[in-house]
Amino acid sequence: MDLKEKLLSSFLVFENQLEDDAYMNDVRNDAITAFEEKGFPTKKEEAWKYTSLNSVLKEDYSIFPKQENAIEFNDIKKYFIHDIDSYKIVFIDGKYSSHLSQTTHDGMDICLMSAAMSKPKYRLHIENYFNKVATKDSLPSLNTAFSSEGAYIHIPKNKMVAKPIQILHFSTGNESAIMLQPRNLIVIDENSHVQIIERHQSLSNNAVLTNSVTEIFANKRAIVDYYKIQNDNLNASLIDNTFINQKRESVASVHTFAFGGKLVRNNLNFYQNGERIDSTLKGITIIGDKQHVDHNTLVHHIEPNCESHQDYKGIFGENSTGVFNGKIIVNKEAQKTNAFQANNNILVSDKATINTKPQLEIFADDVKCSHGCTIGQLDETAMFYMRTRGIPEKEAKALLMYAFSNNVLSSVKIPEIKQRITKIIANKLGVNMGFDL
Amino acid sequence: MSKYTEDDLREELKTKEYEYGFYTDIESDTFPIGLNEDIVKAISLKKGEPQWMTDWRLEAFKAWKEMIEPEWANVSYVKPDFQGISYYSAPNSKPKYDSLDEVDPELLATFAKLGISLDEQKKLSGVAMDVVVDSVSVATTFKKTLGEKGIIFCSISEAIKEYPELVKKYIGSVVPQRDNFYAALNSAVFSDGSFCYIPKGVRCPMELSTYFRINQAGTGQFERTLVIADEGSYVSYLEGCTAPSRDENQLHAAVVELIALDNAEIKYSTVQNWYPGNAEGKGGVYNFVTKRGICEKNAKISWTQVETGSAITWKYPSCILKGDNSVGEFYSIAVTNNFQQADTGTKMIHLGKNTKSTIISKGISAGKSQNSYRGLVKISPNADNARNFSQCDSLLMGNDCGAHTFPYIEAKNKTAKIEHEATTSKIGEDQIFYCNQRGISTEKAIALIVNGFSKDVLNKLPMEFAVEAKKLLEISLEGSVG
Repeated sequence: MDLKEKLLSSFLVFENQLEDDAYMNDVRNDAITAFEEKGFPTKKEEAWKYTSLNSVLKEDYSIFPKQENAIEFNDIKKYFIHDIDSYKIVFIDGKYSSHLSQTTHDGMDICLMSAAMSKPKYRLHIENYFNKVATKDSLPSLNTAFSSEGAYIHIPKNKMVAKPIQILHFSTGNESAIMLQPRNLIVIDENSHVQIIERHQSLSNNAVLTNSVTEIFANKRAIVDYYKIQNDNLNASLIDNTFINQKRESVASVHTFAFGGKLVRNNLNFYQNGERIDSTLKGITIIGDKQHVDHNTLVHHIEPNCESHQDYKGIFGENSTGVFNGKIIVNKEAQKTNAFQANNNILVSDKATINTKPQLEIFADDVKCSHGCTIGQLDETAMFYMRTRGIPEKEAKALLMYAFSNNVLSSVKIPEIKQRITKIIANKLGVNMGFDL
Repeated sequence: MSKYTEDDLREELKTKEYEYGFYTDIESDTFPIGLNEDIVKAISLKKGEPQWMTDWRLEAFKAWKEMIEPEWANVSYVKPDFQGISYYSAPNSKPKYDSLDEVDPELLATFAKLGISLDEQKKLSGVAMDVVVDSVSVATTFKKTLGEKGIIFCSISEAIKEYPELVKKYIGSVVPQRDNFYAALNSAVFSDGSFCYIPKGVRCPMELSTYFRINQAGTGQFERTLVIADEGSYVSYLEGCTAPSRDENQLHAAVVELIALDNAEIKYSTVQNWYPGNAEGKGGVYNFVTKRGICEKNAKISWTQVETGSAITWKYPSCILKGDNSVGEFYSIAVTNNFQQADTGTKMIHLGKNTKSTIISKGISAGKSQNSYRGLVKISPNADNARNFSQCDSLLMGNDCGAHTFPYIEAKNKTAKIEHEATTSKIGEDQIFYCNQRGISTEKAIALIVNGFSKDVLNKLPMEFAVEAKKLLEISLEGSVG
């Protein structure tokens, strides 16, 4: 039985266990029908031209983990940004772990999707926001059909969330292969500000496939900073679908740090529904082995006077494959749009591959849109300069690569994340340096 | 007359009025509409082709039957009915008009702006002329000069009969029969086209364009062009014409194959100005072309195109850089106005070591048109030190048009250096103001700015065409400024 059939039959069981009302029931049924029609995306689809899911889908994933697992905080402490105070929402094998988490209902809701879905007081919110910005493509639909757990964050008007929120998903490897489908809903009301860190981590070498959907609504003048740290082990795959709906004068940024995983696909979609919006999409990818990282971004400029900035850096070693597919659409009404996109790549191995496809679709005339894309090597003269000054080759290379990706790090607003990423980069490049020069 | 150069021609044109001879093939009835194996066989028979060619066509037809029409291009149109077309008709030798007075005045005005001589105007618009067969016509002189150098330049049907070994060896070697839907269709039913062979070490003494202008065989619906530059040779070839051509054939599916052997260089320029349809978007030519060249060691292929016509353009002149140190270039200007749609670009496939490619694409959209650049740069694992530079700039005029870029970049070699940049902008108000201030009208100012914008590409055209192409740009964009 292939995965699609398995999912379809599991849905029937899953649906019976739920105590959904008619509304949710319809949403789920529409979603599973959409998935049934479309199936898993194949390379024949333009958006998946360079990424094949075949190697990931052949595992026999268990869809509903049976037993709950407790893990000690000390074992997983290193996966947190632990030197800062933060709200934490922790999931183990898809189940909420209350003793590791720190949530709140004090003036705002930083809690669970399952709670929001079942309690009547959240009903209106769910009906207004849930599945409203996510596309009806097959993978988001699959997630919608099965969505039961994840983070639910609602920050009301004029609120500055004092601490960052960390969302962590652990898989323990109790099952030989597990498929997780977390679903996050984040609504930031007028003038509020929030910082969120998301991480998926597998604690064993068993196969994990995560098909995650995050919907973010940034209302008027809201500020959202979102950091995705992807440094999972080589048997874990992640399909991340993030949809951000921005209203007037809001500012949203998503930083994606992709260092690990077997196959990582980031579908990052920004919709600018209002004037004077600012969107930032940045990413660093440093991979090796047989890893595959695919960044698929969309910025849809719908109204005038908005800006978007994209900057993705990639360093690809060994047999790895990097894909960047960045799409900017500027509607006819979206005059005075400034949209920038840069994608710079370095291939450090003969067997590594880069496929990049920056795409502009512009229907308005008074706009400034540009994209630049390069594939190149480390500057030999710079290498020579450092070598003549006694810096060993490996360190010199690492320094250059760090400098190459520094542009992305410079806009990270939480210093602890910056330090953590710097450490991961040093680790990835096999050097023991602080880079704090 | 040992060497007949372009300068000689220019002199001759000044001093002597010459007439053209109509070149008529075989008088024949038009074939019944529709396409099946018998039609393919009949076309082949009509052209007196050898058995291998007939088989080759049938093979292509078989492949075509199994293929489906591509839909990935960023254009929308009513699909042509492939069973509603007649696949062979004799060249139209009957004049359409008796005198210039009957010709559409709009067309004549355009001719005047382009500076086309009265006689040429007559020929282009299909006006009857007294045909005087000159004892030494210019065309024949040219043919003689080319013949002395050993250059073969004739129609492809002639080549199939006269030089079967060359045609057999190279036809379909760059664009195989089953390459794509339209290429397969063309392979099955191509009516005519050009064949050109430059022998080893020969530098073609004239732009084949010049010849073409005089002895233009009329654009066929399914043209097939094959240009072979043997080792160390050079040729510059221009197809098309700046003059607007009102062709009745709605669908054009041409195939062009270029073969540049070791150290050879081919420069292929296209100026396309087919009927784009009227201001409401009715009518117009569908231009679905497959153009590809292959470069052996140290060879160079350079594509230059100025696309201003056709309702739908779907064209990707490509280079396969197979040999080490080979060079591919692509320079393009695509202008779309009213309801025109263009999806054009190039593919640079780097296979050899130290291969280089340059892509400069300028898109200008006005009116309600859509203009897309679609390109692929592919560096294979063995293509060490490959280098690519791409630049696609789009200029938008007015608020109802669109500009799109779809560049694909695939690198599998760590020594590759690839740069790609794209920009989209409109003509700056300050630029226009600056011109206005100095007494240049807005329309002229825009022409000036557009010419500056496309200068990089215009400079690559053969000289005399560059001048005409400039004017053509102005005309194409006339009235697009509100």
